[in-house]
Amino acid sequence: MQGVAVTGMGIITSIGLSVEENYQSLLQKKSGISEASILKTFHANHIKIGEIKLENAQLAEILGIPEDNNFTRTSLLGTFAALKALRHAGINKINDMRTGLISATSVAGMDITELYFKEYFHNPSIRKYINSHHTGDCTRKIADYLGIRGLVSTISTACSSSANAIMLGALLIKNKILDRVIVGGTDALSKFTINGFNSLMILSDSDNTPFDQNRKGLNLGEGAAYLILESWEQVKATHKKVLAIITGYGNANDAYHQTASSSTGEGAFLAIQKSLEKAQLSPEDIDYVHVHGTATVNNDLSEGKALLRIFSKVPPFSATKSYTGHTLAAAGAIQAVYSILSLQMNVTFPTLNFNTKIKEFDLTPSTDVVNTNITHVLSNAFGFGGNCCSLIFSKC
Amino acid sequence: MLKDCCYINGIGSVSIQTSAFDMFKDYPVPLQRNNKPVHPSYKEIIPPAMLRRMAPGIKMGIFAALEALRDAEINEPDGIITGTGMGCLLDSEKFLEAMIENKEQHLTPTYFIHSPHNTVAAQIALYLQCKAYNMTYSHGVSSFEAALLDSWLQIQNQFANYILVGGVDESAPIFDALCVLGKTFKNPNDSIDFHNPISDISCRAEGANFFVLSSNKKQSSYARLTDISIYHNPEDDFQKMLDEILTRNQITRKEIDIVFLGYNADVLQQKYFDNYASLFSNTALAFYQHICGSFDTASAYGFRIAAEILRKQIYPQSIRYNDVCPKKIQNVLLINQANGYNHSLVLLQSC
Repeated sequence: MQGVAVTGMGIITSIGLSVEENYQSLLQKKSGISEASILKTFHANHIKIGEIKLENAQLAEILGIPEDNNFTRTSLLGTFAALKALRHAGINKINDMRTGLISATSVAGMDITELYFKEYFHNPSIRKYINSHHTGDCTRKIADYLGIRGLVSTISTACSSSANAIMLGALLIKNKILDRVIVGGTDALSKFTINGFNSLMILSDSDNTPFDQNRKGLNLGEGAAYLILESWEQVKATHKKVLAIITGYGNANDAYHQTASSSTGEGAFLAIQKSLEKAQLSPEDIDYVHVHGTATVNNDLSEGKALLRIFSKVPPFSATKSYTGHTLAAAGAIQAVYSILSLQMNVTFPTLNFNTKIKEFDLTPSTDVVNTNITHVLSNAFGFGGNCCSLIFSKC
Repeated sequence: MLKDCCYINGIGSVSIQTSAFDMFKDYPVPLQRNNKPVHPSYKEIIPPAMLRRMAPGIKMGIFAALEALRDAEINEPDGIITGTGMGCLLDSEKFLEAMIENKEQHLTPTYFIHSPHNTVAAQIALYLQCKAYNMTYSHGVSSFEAALLDSWLQIQNQFANYILVGGVDESAPIFDALCVLGKTFKNPNDSIDFHNPISDISCRAEGANFFVLSSNKKQSSYARLTDISIYHNPEDDFQKMLDEILTRNQITRKEIDIVFLGYNADVLQQKYFDNYASLFSNTALAFYQHICGSFDTASAYGFRIAAEILRKQIYPQSIRYNDVCPKKIQNVLLINQANGYNHSLVLLQSC
């Protein structure tokens, strides 16, 4: 069989603590964008964010992690979603076959580091967090919690990270290096990223409006999502239900600017083109697109151009960052879950806050729930450093 | 397991040794507790205006990448893959400090935009105008090995003919001080002993080591990259893990001519490497972190040395950890780990 089987998924975002809750929020146009109440930032009054309304201690309690832990928020969110994905796939014995974890993060432990950066020097009681800063620690926390002992690694390619993790996972299964792999990503909100995007002047002071002429920038969000990928041998042996298959993946670099996307959408175009080639599909076969759609002036223009270069008739497309905000390294995996939901339920999800088409082209995102047969979904994730990754999910 | 072969065709490095350092005849500069790289002249390859705002990791990365490409006689690779344990630490630190000092106000984005872990791979792509596959792994001491595994997959699946792969890590003053507090790096008064360490931390350094891997074998190819294994936490199964990679490649332990171990003068790490060493009685054991210092992707320097030895067929004195001299230099195994985690095994063979 072409492609790699997805047998489980887990997710946590500002629109829900489960796949079902996320699905219901998408159908009911329920946004997760709010004012900051958990994250303490100077900018709290003039930005909105996609914040998960659970304190770190609450997340730890749900996961049964002892109070004296050194989990960062990123690790807690990642552990939460990865555990849900495992349960969804009905996996109890984690090491009964070659099982790996490829996790993505960009923020990693920065949410804690930024709190204690100066205090570490005079307060020994918090030093347990020092070595929780790096990206690898975040993945290690998830792996140890789940008891994974085999191949574990971390991808950090900014906002395309978890899409790349899914791609690598598919490759590891295809090449029979692993029988099963947990792939996805996690990022928590942090002052570091809020101030970074604020200094770039691409944060919106209200709800983000993807693909709208009057878009003012992005809302940052937080979340985590993971998929379980299994080899066909395992799927057959266990008679497991396959949720979707990953048929295409493509990674390319825009090679234009460290943070801005090219006006021609070259990197995006190449990534989509590669993913179609891999899936052996033509553009007309794509029924629905989950765009990266961050609602920055630059991204939406560049991505729109790329779509117009690929498709003679652009299929229905949605930007779900209008619900969750931009969850950075987690975004690609969160979109993967939404893509699989749209395949399973044969539904396109509304894009929120859309009013006016971008004047440079004739592209209108889906703004309503539409029931339609969906066989192949394209999902885009682009990031700083010109990193572009496109994935294609197909019905089994 | 391996379908298409994967050869090392080019090498480029920036390390704490000078660029003239030749391990086959020179003694390395002795390791200090904190070590700075010997930066080459960058101005021939990077415009001064760009150079001024470039963090060491980016400069070292671009330089080492270009060296590797030149060595392999390649202008543009089909993929750029980096491994970095800590990413762009200095710009992250600068932005973080400014944010704290200025109470989240009046910040400029320069440091932030260069803070993501994939900045080195991105800047190399920008420099080369290379729109191909671009990836960054950031997973402690197995970051470089994950990048190698991906490179190998790209070549094996015929997605690429030439992959530029490298490991790069830089340091930053406040994070370094935190690492001393967090017991990752040595205090100024700690001793440095790679055979009988008494203190429990390693000697900080920076470095960039890049390689061109290809399915095309050349007369000048250094070695063949045959296989890579990464294990998160093998516990007592490290022997099983070792036998797996050997069996897969139809080699016995006895046929391994040199084992490279990531000994790093840290008493807590010693036992893990000694455990591996004990599985190879009467085999030449080599070490390298006394030459390049310790950082998450120091194993890429070990990889470089191993490749050079395989091409030159000489086993230099300066890297010998025990007294065993190999009868031939055909199969080399590189083993690394940290605190019992992130074990990696990389098998190189002469070509």
